[in-house]
Amino acid sequence: MTDRDPLAAEVAPKRGTGRPARPLPDGMVERRGAGLWLTHLGLIVGVAFIFFPIWLAFVASTVEQQAIVRPPMPLLPGDQLWENYSRALISGINAPVALMLANSAVMALGIALGKIVISLLSAFAIVYFRFPGRRVFFWLIFLTLMLPVEVRIVPTYEVVANFGMLNSYSGLILPLIASATATFLFRQFFMTVPDELAEAARVDGARPMRFFFDILLPMSRTNMAALFVILFIYGWNQYLWPLLITTDPSMNTIVMGIRQMFPSGDDIANWPVIMATSILAMIPPVVVVIGMQRLFIRGLVESEK
Amino acid sequence: MEKRVTFKGIWLPLLLVAPQIVITAVFFFYPAGQAVWQSLFIPDPFGLSMQYVGLDNFRFLFDDPFYRASFVTTAVFSILVTAVSMGVALYLAVLADRLIKGSGTYRTLLIWPYAVAPAVAGVLWLFMFNTRVGVVTWYLGLLGYDWNHVLNDGEAMGLVVVASAWGRISYNFLFFLAGLQAIPRSVIEAAAIDGARFWTRFRTIVFPLLSPTTFFLLVVNIVYAFFETFGVIHTITSGGPQQATTILVYKVYSDGFVGQDLGSSAAQSVVLLVLVSILTIIQFRYIERRVHY
Repeated sequence: MTDRDPLAAEVAPKRGTGRPARPLPDGMVERRGAGLWLTHLGLIVGVAFIFFPIWLAFVASTVEQQAIVRPPMPLLPGDQLWENYSRALISGINAPVALMLANSAVMALGIALGKIVISLLSAFAIVYFRFPGRRVFFWLIFLTLMLPVEVRIVPTYEVVANFGMLNSYSGLILPLIASATATFLFRQFFMTVPDELAEAARVDGARPMRFFFDILLPMSRTNMAALFVILFIYGWNQYLWPLLITTDPSMNTIVMGIRQMFPSGDDIANWPVIMATSILAMIPPVVVVIGMQRLFIRGLVESEK
Repeated sequence: MEKRVTFKGIWLPLLLVAPQIVITAVFFFYPAGQAVWQSLFIPDPFGLSMQYVGLDNFRFLFDDPFYRASFVTTAVFSILVTAVSMGVALYLAVLADRLIKGSGTYRTLLIWPYAVAPAVAGVLWLFMFNTRVGVVTWYLGLLGYDWNHVLNDGEAMGLVVVASAWGRISYNFLFFLAGLQAIPRSVIEAAAIDGARFWTRFRTIVFPLLSPTTFFLLVVNIVYAFFETFGVIHTITSGGPQQATTILVYKVYSDGFVGQDLGSSAAQSVVLLVLVSILTIIQFRYIERRVHY
């Protein structure tokens, strides 16, 4: 009977007492019969509301422009899927969408991996060493916890411009890994690692980096993966920052590139290609979220609390 | 909390923290310091020199009716986004929690929009409500309603609110469902045996026990509405019509990059900085309380 989802335990480890051995009469707490169907109906209406915009975008990406500019557009897919997607990927409107996808991938992977690497190293140093300035350093990174890039865009833009990093991957990536959320997560995790492990390593004469690579890193695998999911989506979905620093269409990321595909003035937008691009922009993060759902939920709960 | 067992050495740990220190100093502390510094100066019209003006930038800012209006817009916008996304999510989570089987399936279905970037969500909703080709606009027209968010303030606000809340429902749903499933069944079943109907149980037991989750989501959603909805607003309305949807973050961008008013933009950054700090403090105090609870 206790087939509540295993994930629930992960999100809320301190679950209360389980289900009673003998179930209560029908319909007292869980829904059965007509009530059950109403519950399902309510949820299905909710799911439909959530999905409708995505469905409509998909339909629009499979029909001709003519079908859209003479409203109402159809609500079932057409036969232009191949044409629209290949048109978007190969030529796009300002830049081929395939190129924008590659830029987004570099940016998202760079942010996720870069942040994980620098955070692992500094969390290791903070937890396992006593060095001068450790407290100051700790409080400095504490300050960076919640200040989004949106708040300091103008001066950050100037810094990046002075370094000649406009229209470059390093300019896209570095300012977004300058915060310490991940360092805190790893620090919390390292604090829970039993002291005996470090003690044993020290007695055996292992050097600190040996301990880091052979013991700490393998133990942190799950945390790293969970964090990777969250950071990948964060990086992929960035909008304002790429909008500012990539003036060259060949450096556009896909999420900010969509907006650039709308014509200025009174021309009608090429909706099928724009919607195909929107669908393409969603696929990688959606695949990551659905495919790594367990890690995703874990990462979400840990990085926010 | 400190580790009992540590390694010896001074240079190695300094080397290990160096990458983070350098990146944070260059791309975080220096720009944040610059924002504070610049907020005290006004550049001359040719951009050749800066003149110290003390707090004048802030005085101008709060005398500016557009900036004060932007504060109100931001408040209205964030309250609506938070209310809509949390309301819908709570409703769906309560329904999913009543199921014995299948809540996992619905979660997988509802988790999707979290992965959709705010800017892409903006494009999707813009498409549905486009004044020329939007399918919802067309059906509204059939009903005799003339939708035009390009001209109508209220409709523009409604559209950016719904588009921003839409992507946020998944996140809130996940936390509400987890919170609901963490409530001991025995408590709810005891109330059921005592004859409490669903609504009574929800009002007197479930909702109070859910309040830590609710409060946490409240803060997180307000932060989201303040800072992460730039993409939605930029794609749908660009702050218009007549600044009706210009929230504070959008104004920093439009004054700083479009209007090139650096002193004012820096002062606005500082105001936002203070707001973020307040929200952060609220969040940390709340977490602290939870730990002792």
